[in-house]
Amino acid sequence: MPASSAPQATPLEVSVPHDAGSSVTRPVPVPTPLSAPFWAACRENRLLVQRCDACGAHIFTPQEFCRACHATSLTWVESAGRGHIVTFTVIGRPQTPAFETPYVVAVVELEEGYEMITNIVGGPAEDVRIGDAVRVRFIPVTDEITLPCFEVVP
Amino acid sequence: MSRRQAVIVGAYNTPQARVLPGETSDSVTLAAIKGALGNAGLTVADVDGLNVLSGLNYRGGADAFGYALGIPWFWTGGFVPSPGAVVEAAAAIERGVCDTVVLASGQAGVYTDRASVAPWARTPNEFIECWGLMTPAEWSLSAQQYMHRFSVAPEKIAYISSVIRNNGARNPEAIYYGRGPYTVEDVLSSRLIASPYRLLDCATVSEGGSAVVMTTAERAADLDVPAVKVLGGAYDSWGPTYTHPSTYERVAMWGRKAADAAFGQAGISRDDVDLFELYDNFSWEIVRYFEALRYCEVGEGPDFVANGAIELGGRYPIVTDGGTMSHSHTGESQRLQRVVQAVRQLRGDSAANQVEAEIALVVVIGEVLLLGA
Repeated sequence: MPASSAPQATPLEVSVPHDAGSSVTRPVPVPTPLSAPFWAACRENRLLVQRCDACGAHIFTPQEFCRACHATSLTWVESAGRGHIVTFTVIGRPQTPAFETPYVVAVVELEEGYEMITNIVGGPAEDVRIGDAVRVRFIPVTDEITLPCFEVVP
Repeated sequence: MSRRQAVIVGAYNTPQARVLPGETSDSVTLAAIKGALGNAGLTVADVDGLNVLSGLNYRGGADAFGYALGIPWFWTGGFVPSPGAVVEAAAAIERGVCDTVVLASGQAGVYTDRASVAPWARTPNEFIECWGLMTPAEWSLSAQQYMHRFSVAPEKIAYISSVIRNNGARNPEAIYYGRGPYTVEDVLSSRLIASPYRLLDCATVSEGGSAVVMTTAERAADLDVPAVKVLGGAYDSWGPTYTHPSTYERVAMWGRKAADAAFGQAGISRDDVDLFELYDNFSWEIVRYFEALRYCEVGEGPDFVANGAIELGGRYPIVTDGGTMSHSHTGESQRLQRVVQAVRQLRGDSAANQVEAEIALVVVIGEVLLLGA
């Protein structure tokens, strides 16, 4: 556990049908001023990433300055939304009952050279492999939030 | 003026259990503090330094406990109580900032919704929690990548779980005392948690408290207990936890820099270590430690640990109390349990699985501590 994990704002919640009681809901991201453009674009089915104006590095998760050259001028640009699976895990014991098992959490490296944590959707969990080519697939979960999941490219 | 040497003179675990009815995080933390001071032959009146984490109150535990215990002025550590916190406290003691420090942590009554994973395993981060990436999943990502890259048979990792759990099965203080022995097949047939990890590859969840007491070698000379020396220690970070993808590339060498520093301070070599109290939150981490800490080459860990090497009587005995898998894992105080167990082994008063050891290596993720009898 992080030593620095201060309590954060109560997440917005979305009801998901399940058997364990009506209080269990899948957590939904709460955008910050820094991340708001990312989530706003997801709602329009566009995957954004910050690019450093000075050195061209792509930065994710959203930051105030470039990790490569420390320049403070970063611009949101659109990612092609294509990449490959760096690693993944098939989950049998869900985080909460709001998650239906099995589900796949993966690290995807985008063609622009940055990594994202995401869910792999659209196929059997047991078929997912390291190295699989993937593309983004947007899944709306609330009026405000659409999650950038990925699916394996056949 | 001779150099002040920090030593550990008290080490104590309260009773540990899946659930401790009637206890609170504060009550078990207080019991741990009293137990460790009693173990050292000291009292609260001797204490002028604290590092306390009760429950999930990550800020201010030392301040709150120092006040509640009636200690007028005291140094406070900033680390989560752990091997790294021992390093921090040793530095404070050796610089004369304080003389006698208690490090304590405990948890009870925090994990009540058993339909979900424990609350400390669900980090509220906007780029983590929405994917269902709880702690076991987070830690599985690097193991999965490693096993793929080096074509590691699952049996080789399951063996590690069986060794640790069988240590716990022999330990009357372990919550799973008597549970076992486990075979590799038992581990591989337990239910899937987050691939490649199955239930028996993972830490359990339980309740209890742990504490250690540190002071100067000079002060320890007046006590009736053997003093365990802090020979060296350091800690590494690679970034904020539960925020960025924990790929193999990011975590593989976590602790190497710290280990190099710790062995340099101690003036000893890797071969001098007799006992390996490694944090066993997940089975493959044991492989990672031996590789990151330069005991074997990258990719060789699964063979390095095999064939009894990490069992009692082997050259590299690990996790002799049963660790987080079998002894106890409360959310945080299990970090201190690694220190407690190393101290007890070096003193010769382990509850079970006593080994002949002069020097112990204690590792919790990126925190490295070398202790000497």
